[in-house]
Amino acid sequence: MEIKLNGKQENIENNTNVADLLKQKGIQNVEMVTVQLNGTFVNKEDLSNKTITENDEIDFLYFMGGGSKSTVRQKRCYHQ
Amino acid sequence: MDFTEEQIERYSRHLILQDVGIEGQQKIMEGKVLIVGAGGLGSPVAMYLAAAGVGTIGLIDGDVVDRTNLQRQIIHFTGDLNRPKVESAKEKIHAVNPEIKVNIYRELFSPDNAFDIMADYDFIVDGTDNFPTKFMVNDACVMAKKPFSHGGILRFEGQTMTYIPGHACYRCLFGSPPPPNAVPSCSQAGVLGSIAGMLGTIQATEVLKFLVDKGDLLTDRMLIFDALKMSFREVRFQPSPGCNICGDHPTIRSLQMEEMPACDLNQK
Ligand SMILES: [Zn+2]
Repeated sequence: MEIKLNGKQENIENNTNVADLLKQKGIQNVEMVTVQLNGTFVNKEDLSNKTITENDEIDFLYFMGGGSKSTVRQKRCYHQ
Repeated sequence: MDFTEEQIERYSRHLILQDVGIEGQQKIMEGKVLIVGAGGLGSPVAMYLAAAGVGTIGLIDGDVVDRTNLQRQIIHFTGDLNRPKVESAKEKIHAVNPEIKVNIYRELFSPDNAFDIMADYDFIVDGTDNFPTKFMVNDACVMAKKPFSHGGILRFEGQTMTYIPGHACYRCLFGSPPPPNAVPSCSQAGVLGSIAGMLGTIQATEVLKFLVDKGDLLTDRMLIFDALKMSFREVRFQPSPGCNICGDHPTIRSLQMEEMPACDLNQK
C-alpha cells in the first residue's frame, strides 16, 4: 500500500505498524526519533499498536543538538 | 527615534526594503535578543543581528574558545584561542556595529539564572548543543511566555522551529530529553561547518521577522534540511494537549535540568 513517509510516496506492506516501519528504515533506537502519524505524535509505548493504513502520512523527526558545547555541565558527565 | 546620517547609510538596504523601512528598522533597534550559546549557531545569529542593528544583544556562554571551534564558530578567530567566548563575540559584534549594546554572561544557562537573565529580553535564541539545556530553554520560555528559536544541527542536517506562546513548543514534539548517548553529538558524529551558518542565518531571519512583525514565523512547523541532497522539507504539527509543559495538564511546575547532559569521551 501507498503511504507518505517524510514527505515522499512509499510503498510498504499491508499490516505494518509504526514500530515495524522504524525497524525497516534502519532505526534501531526509538529514543532518537519522534513519530508523527497523520498530524498526531505517537507515544513511544504505542509505536507497535499503531497499524499503518493506506495513504497515511508519517514523519520521523530526529533529535538534533548542535550549537555550543558550553552549557554542558561537564563535571556531571560520566562515560564508559 | 531619529536616525543619524550614519544610521541612514548603514541601514539603507533595510530602510528601502518594503516591510522593514523606517518603522521596521526602529523596531529592530529597540529589539532585545538573548543568544544562549556563543558557538556554531550563536556565531552567525550574533553577527547578523549585530549587522542589522538589533539594539541589545545578550550572550550567555561559560566556555573559552577552543581550536576545534574554529571550523564553524565564525565569530571566533584564531587569535581568540583560550579567550572567553562571550568576550571574543562581544568584540566582533562591536567591530561590526559599535552601536549595539552587548550584555555578556560568562556562565552556564541554568534553572538558577534563567528567569533573571531572560526577563530583560524580547526573544531568545537557542544555540545550545545538549538536550537537557534545550528542554530547559524551552520550559523557561513557555513559563515566562517568551518566544524563542530552536536550532539543531548534526552531520549534514539541520532543523529549526520558532516558539511563540500559544503555539506548539519543543516539548510538544519531543516529550523529554533522549537518554544520554542515544543521540550522537556533533563532537561524536561531526558536522559540516557551513551547516551551522545555514541554520543560524535562518534563526537570525526569524528573529528579525519577529522584531519587525512581518511574514510567517516557523510556528507549528519544523523546517528540516539535508544539505547533502540540498533538500528542505517542512513538518507541520499542532500543540500537544498532553505536553508536560504547555498542555492541558502540565506536570512541570518548576524549572530544572532533566537527566544527564549529552556527554562524550572527547569533551573537546
Ligand atoms: Zn508543549
